[in-house]
This record gives sequence, C-alpha cells and structure tokens, in this order.
Amino acid sequence: MGFEVLFKGNNFIRLLGGLGLSLKISLLSVIISIVLGILVGLLMTAKNSYVKLLLRTYLEIVRIMPQMVLLFLVYFGVARAMGVHLSAEVSAVIVFSFWGTAEMADLVRGALTGIPAIQYESSRALGLTMVQTYRYVILPQIVRRMIPLSINLITRMIKTTSLVMMIGIVEVLKVGQQIIEANRKASPNAAFGVFATVLLLYFLACWPISCLARYLEKKWEN
Amino acid sequence: MDFGVIKEYLPLYEKAFLLTIKIGWIGILLSLVLGILVAFILFYRIPVLKLIAGAYIELFRNTPLLVQLFFLYFGLPKIGLSISAEWCGALGLGLLGGSYMAEGFRSGLEAIPVSQTESAYSLGMSKGQMFRKVILPQAFSLSIPAIVANVIFLLKETSVFSAISLMDLMFTAKDLIGLYYNTTECLFLLVLFYILMLLPVSIAGSVVEKKARYRMFGV
Amino acid sequence: MSEIVSVKNLCKRYDELTVLDNISFSVQKGEVVVIVGPSGCGKSTLLRCLNGLEEIQDGRIFLDGEKIETNRNKTNGLCERMGMVFQSYDLFPHKTILQNLTLAPIIVKKRKRKEVEEEALALLERVGLSSKKDSYPRQLSGGQKQRVAIVRALIMHPEVLLLDEITAALDPEMVREVLDVVLNLAREGRTMLIVTHEMQFARAVADRMLFLEGGKIVEEGEPEEFFEHPKTERLRQFLQTFTYIKE
Repeated sequence: MGFEVLFKGNNFIRLLGGLGLSLKISLLSVIISIVLGILVGLLMTAKNSYVKLLLRTYLEIVRIMPQMVLLFLVYFGVARAMGVHLSAEVSAVIVFSFWGTAEMADLVRGALTGIPAIQYESSRALGLTMVQTYRYVILPQIVRRMIPLSINLITRMIKTTSLVMMIGIVEVLKVGQQIIEANRKASPNAAFGVFATVLLLYFLACWPISCLARYLEKKWEN
Repeated sequence: MDFGVIKEYLPLYEKAFLLTIKIGWIGILLSLVLGILVAFILFYRIPVLKLIAGAYIELFRNTPLLVQLFFLYFGLPKIGLSISAEWCGALGLGLLGGSYMAEGFRSGLEAIPVSQTESAYSLGMSKGQMFRKVILPQAFSLSIPAIVANVIFLLKETSVFSAISLMDLMFTAKDLIGLYYNTTECLFLLVLFYILMLLPVSIAGSVVEKKARYRMFGV
Repeated sequence: MSEIVSVKNLCKRYDELTVLDNISFSVQKGEVVVIVGPSGCGKSTLLRCLNGLEEIQDGRIFLDGEKIETNRNKTNGLCERMGMVFQSYDLFPHKTILQNLTLAPIIVKKRKRKEVEEEALALLERVGLSSKKDSYPRQLSGGQKQRVAIVRALIMHPEVLLLDEITAALDPEMVREVLDVVLNLAREGRTMLIVTHEMQFARAVADRMLFLEGGKIVEEGEPEEFFEHPKTERLRQFLQTFTYIKE
C-alpha cells in the first residue's frame, strides 16, 4: 500500500525534518502571538472609541479572511507593493502572527471582561490593595481561563502551517510529495502510504496538546 | 491598478467564486448532518458507535484539511477508491466540519437541564415527541454561536481546494499571477471575492446569534 | 370515596443506597395527601417513582386498579394520567406561555388546537395570568412561572396531581400566590399528592399527612392529630425544627 517507500534510504527522516520545520514556524508564531495578543487584548478593554474601531476592524479582517489569502497577500503582494522580497518563511511567520495575535487578543479581552465586578468589590471589602487584588484574585482566574485556550491555539497554529507548502516551503507535505515523485516507478502506490503517514504525524503532533488543553480545562472548571 | 485587467479577469474569478461557494456549502450541509448524528451518538453513549465517533472527532480535529484532502484525493485512489476533485472537496470539508459541528451540538445538548426531559415525559410525551418538540429546538438555539463560528471557519477553509486542482479562487489567482504578473489586480480581486463570500455570512451570523440568545435567555 | 392510587411494598435503591424501603400507602379519590420529612428522606423520589421517572426495584404501583409500568420504555399511558409539577417549574424556554400549555394536549392527546387554546386561556384566567399568554417564560417571575407550570399539568386532565416542593425555589413573597392556587384546587376536590416544607400550608390543605424518614413512613394521620399530638418522638423532633410545636 505504499508504506514501504518510507523505509527506503532516509525518507522517513526527511519527512520528520519537514514536520520539524512546520513546528518551528508554528512555535515562533505562537510566541509572537501570545506576547502581542496580551498587549492588544489589554488595549481592547480601553475606552477610546478610535482604538476600539481600529481593533474591531482588525479582528473582523482576521475573522473573515482565510489565512491562505493573507499568505498570498504578504508573500506576493508586499514584494510587489514595497519592492522588498520576503522569504516564504518570514511571510508565513508574519501572517500566522497577525492571525494568532487577533485570536489571542480576543481571548484576553474575553477573560478580562468575564471577571464579574463583584470579585473586585469583595476584594476591596476584604481590605486587599489594588495590587493584592490583581495578584491573588484576578490574575489567577484569568490565567486559568487563558491557559487551556492558548494551548488550543498551538494546535490550530500547527494545523495552519500546512498551508505554507502552497507558497513553496518544503515542509512535511511537500517532502511527502517529493518522495512520491521520486519513487513513482518503484512504488506506484506510495501516495496512500505517504499521505496516511503525514496525516498520522500531524495527528501525533496535535493530539497530545489537545488532550492537555482539555485536561486543564476540566481541572480548572470552577 | 489597471481596471482594464480587472475587467478582463472578472469572469474568471466569478466562475471560480461560484465553484467555491457551491462546494463550500455542500460541504457545510454535509457537516451539519454528520455533526448532528455524531453528537447524538456521543450524547446518548451508544455502545461501539460512540468509540468510532470519538476517534473520528479526534482524528479530524487534530489534522489539517489540506493533508486530509491530499489523502482523500491522491491516497485513496491507490487502494481503488477514486473520488472526483469536487466531491473530494465537499467530502473533506464535510468530514472536517462534522467533527467541529458535533462538538458544538453536543455541548448544546448537554446545556439542557435533565428536568426538561422529565417534564416532557411527565406530560406524557413519547421519546420522539420529547426530542422533536423540546430537546432539538433548544439544543439548536444553544448551538447557534458554535454553528455560526464553524460555518465561517469552513468557508475560509475552502481556500485550500486549489491543492487538489479545483479551479477555485486561490487557484485562479495563483495561476494568473504566474502567467501575467498582474499581482496587484489579481490579489485585489482575490480579497474582494472572499469578502463577498464571507462578510454577508459574518453579518447574518451575528444577527442570528443575537436572535437565538434572546429566544433562550432574553438578553 | 374510592381508592385511586395504591402503592404496595415500593422499594427504590441506588446501588447500595436504599432510598425507599418497603413503602405502602393509598390515596382516595379527591383526597389531598401531604408528605413531609427531612431533606434526603426520599419524599421527592417517591413522587418521581409514581410518575415513572425512576425505575423501582421492588413493589407495585396501581392507578385506579391498573398496574403502572415504571419502566419508561414500556410506559402504558398510565403515568400521564398523573400530572407532575416540579420545584424548578421547567417550562419550555423556547415556547410562549400559551404554547407551553397547548403543546402536550395537541401532540400527546391529539386534541384540536382551537379547543385546547380556549381551555388554556380559561385556565390562565383563573390563575390571573391571561395577560401573559404570549410572553416567554423568562419574562415571568418565579411565582408566575410556577402557576403556569401547574396549569400545564392541569390541562392534561390528570386524575392525580403530584406537586414536588413547588415553592422551594421561590422568593417568600411569591409563595403565597402559588399556594393559593393549590388551595383552590383542593377545594374543588382534586386528588393531590404534595411534598412540601411549608408546614402552615400543609396543615391547611391536607386531608392526611405522611411523615417520611430514612425511606420509611414513620407516621401518618389527620393533620390535627399529626401536628398537635405527634405519636412518634421523631416526628415531634422534626416539627420542633419548624418551631411548630411550642415547648
């Protein structure tokens, strides 16, 4: 069924290398998204209506534009408009961070506004200072809400990186295609085995993370 | 920007747009049917089937659509299962979406208090009546936010169809850029058509969500 | 008077825990029986068993001489001849008040919509809620919702009405309006089985009292005797916690 091709030469190692590249792009984008997302999320609770309008437009763009389109815009469009040539990898990180920041910011905003006013008031009533209120009451609650959702963002990021093959990055799926091409004669059925393996590799990368997120969500459910 | 070029490309994009929304909405319909089915299997813990349903959800929620499509389109024919590119797209989207819809419906079902079932029974309703008149409408209202989010997510996911050589919007844009280098015009049309596809759904979704929330909670 | 409900040697267990232990009693037509007892004594479970919401391990329940199947999958239409009202009202949130009332008669009893609506409006009028017919449950107060829930049970023309702590979730000022409805029903000669914590109300409405503790009927009697001269020490202690018996 075409699995044998994986055991030829260093084919399987190459496949793993491709997955490694996807994971590297995801990880980098997630880190940038979390940092920027917290900042933007805090900004979103601001009262200024211009800031609000701007950020809502940003969120709506991310909400309705496929990441694939954004990837094309940055990879092909920026080069054209500004005359700078961005490598495919850099374009990918820019787009995924742009998207991830919006997702993260919305989570932060949700977590912040989701804390009932009574929590602040009762802390005040107990004589806690502003700093103590945040340190002992508000932040722990926010963190508990945020962490499972942020972990989920990682799996979504990993899945989304599969798109980068469309702008020519040689990641796991592209490596798979190359292996199939190279063994066209010897293993005509390689497509089944190789793509099944790629599917499984993605699953093995994402599933444990999803399980962790779900476990934490259950554990911290009030 | 050269409007002559845009005018020239417009029919090509229009064709691609129609193809994308056709396959997209067929896939979404499939995902709704599949999602409801799987949600019931999980909610009523039907033996054996619930294991299959659980495995299905985990598999499709933890892998990218692009890879799923590659497997369906290039992999399956090698073991004798050939599906046309169009059906592959719809099927892939339906399977992916089903796993998300199922989770949405299930949490809707779980949010209905058991006492609703009990009061339906004590009014003498049969299982089927209780289901149709009491449980389903409520579960549906409660799941609306999840359904709306999933529909938008799935419409966005259609952008990978070009990978299995469907002549969708992405395919058209990439093709034209490669052939004639009219990058600005091509990207402009690409964005325009995706806005056309998604903005109405996004706006309608918000309205429907508000209505459903009011119906259930009065706020 | 003739016997309408008869419970014989009813046992209900959850795994090891025995909730109802060999309960036997009967209710006459037109009688109002009030069941009291400490929390967890099994009084709500008893009503739920009568209504077929719980499977029972042993014993039999008869309605008008016919045995009730308490396995929900083969219910023989007897359970719906008893109406039940729950503590949490459980109106259907997606239906208007009128639709809440007409749903079951139309789909279960296959009655004509027009006729059911007329009856529903008449009943709403009697509980003072006809102006709310097109409202949704969320727009009503707790007391109003509970009155609608009672009407929803009544419109199925039950031979027996089971009321399970119907005022327990209500604000004190709304208890009265709900209990008044029940008192009126008692005056009309409805057969009712009531579980409540409202002792004053129990005394006013009951023809007969049952005291349940630890899954057993510890004492039963006429309200006068029951409240003034409890025979068992346990009932005396129970009533004391309600300061019903002055030391």
